[in-house]
Amino acid sequence: MAEPMKIRATLQGDVADVRILMLHPMETGQRKDAKGQIVPLHFIQSVIVTHNGKTVVDAQWSQAISRNPFLGVHVKGAKAGDKIAVTWTDNKNEKRTDEVAVAAAS
Amino acid sequence: MLKLRGGIAAIAFICLSSSAHAADPLAAGREALAEDNPGDLWVQVGERLFHEKRGPKKASLEQCDFGLGPGKLEGAYAHLPRYFPDTDKVQDLESRLLTCMMTLQGFSREEAIKYHFGDDDHMSNMESLSAFVASKSNGKKMDVQLSNQKEYDMFKAGEYIFYRRSGPLDFACSTCHTEKGKRVRLQDLPDMNDPQEIRAVVAGWPAYLGTKSRVLTMQARLYECVWQMRMPDLGYLSDMSIALTTYLNHKGNGAVIKAPGVRR
Repeated sequence: MAEPMKIRATLQGDVADVRILMLHPMETGQRKDAKGQIVPLHFIQSVIVTHNGKTVVDAQWSQAISRNPFLGVHVKGAKAGDKIAVTWTDNKNEKRTDEVAVAAAS
Repeated sequence: MLKLRGGIAAIAFICLSSSAHAADPLAAGREALAEDNPGDLWVQVGERLFHEKRGPKKASLEQCDFGLGPGKLEGAYAHLPRYFPDTDKVQDLESRLLTCMMTLQGFSREEAIKYHFGDDDHMSNMESLSAFVASKSNGKKMDVQLSNQKEYDMFKAGEYIFYRRSGPLDFACSTCHTEKGKRVRLQDLPDMNDPQEIRAVVAGWPAYLGTKSRVLTMQARLYECVWQMRMPDLGYLSDMSIALTTYLNHKGNGAVIKAPGVRR
């Protein structure tokens, strides 16, 4: 089940500092469970970050990324109120999209 | 001469400040992690679970009474553990959650605490819910009252256990936690008799543990402590765990709660 991400986007000058936390087991396919069975691969394959609908990051991830990944992105030319949307898709085709508005610098 | 002295003083100052930093090199890592605390993900999951209709009675936990009235969460954790007349027991956050899961949602005890401690294969509902409810007291000061006789008894029992040496290694909590500057490997051990240090402890549970990649509760921390002393396993929500939590939280009164905290 895909749980919501936690996204923070704050403006620093004309650059939005975007920080994304994702809840995902990111199984490497090498770990064994309590019964000694190998836990199958389960990881986020693609992460897409958009700024007002325009793709700014299109990343392909592997199982080398840690559990509950953190992704930090600087988006140039952002203004307060702009929409930052993040979508991840994993190898079981589960998806999750979350969106935040860029907050003005505090 | 004066100049030289000034120079020596400056060097001494640099040495002092750098050694102060070296004393806790892990603090820098903890601070970096706290800025974007993955524990907040547990809070989000806990919030969803809290409002979700679950269990045989298809009910949410919204009517759960944490001591300030049904559904009143803000600041409730700051007064836990406390005495609850309906169960006639002193209860901490998790035992209270369990009571609500059983009475409101109709879960059996076994079902409700099936994964009371999460692991790599399962996320624990109890840990998520605890993180959520505790986070609702963020910014409040820990204020555990011992106004009820049973609360006072629990506190005294906790104090007794804290200092009671037992087990094959003849350890007590106090063996490691009543002196300044003690450590296990690189970990500084908090001195629970120092108000500053104990406040730092109680302010940040439940906590996200970097080494475990998940949120752990105070119950889990105590379980671990007891295991490290090689004593028999601490029963989940047992009187001993509540007594120790009452003792520690009361001693940590005044701590500004910031849950979930971040630990190694």
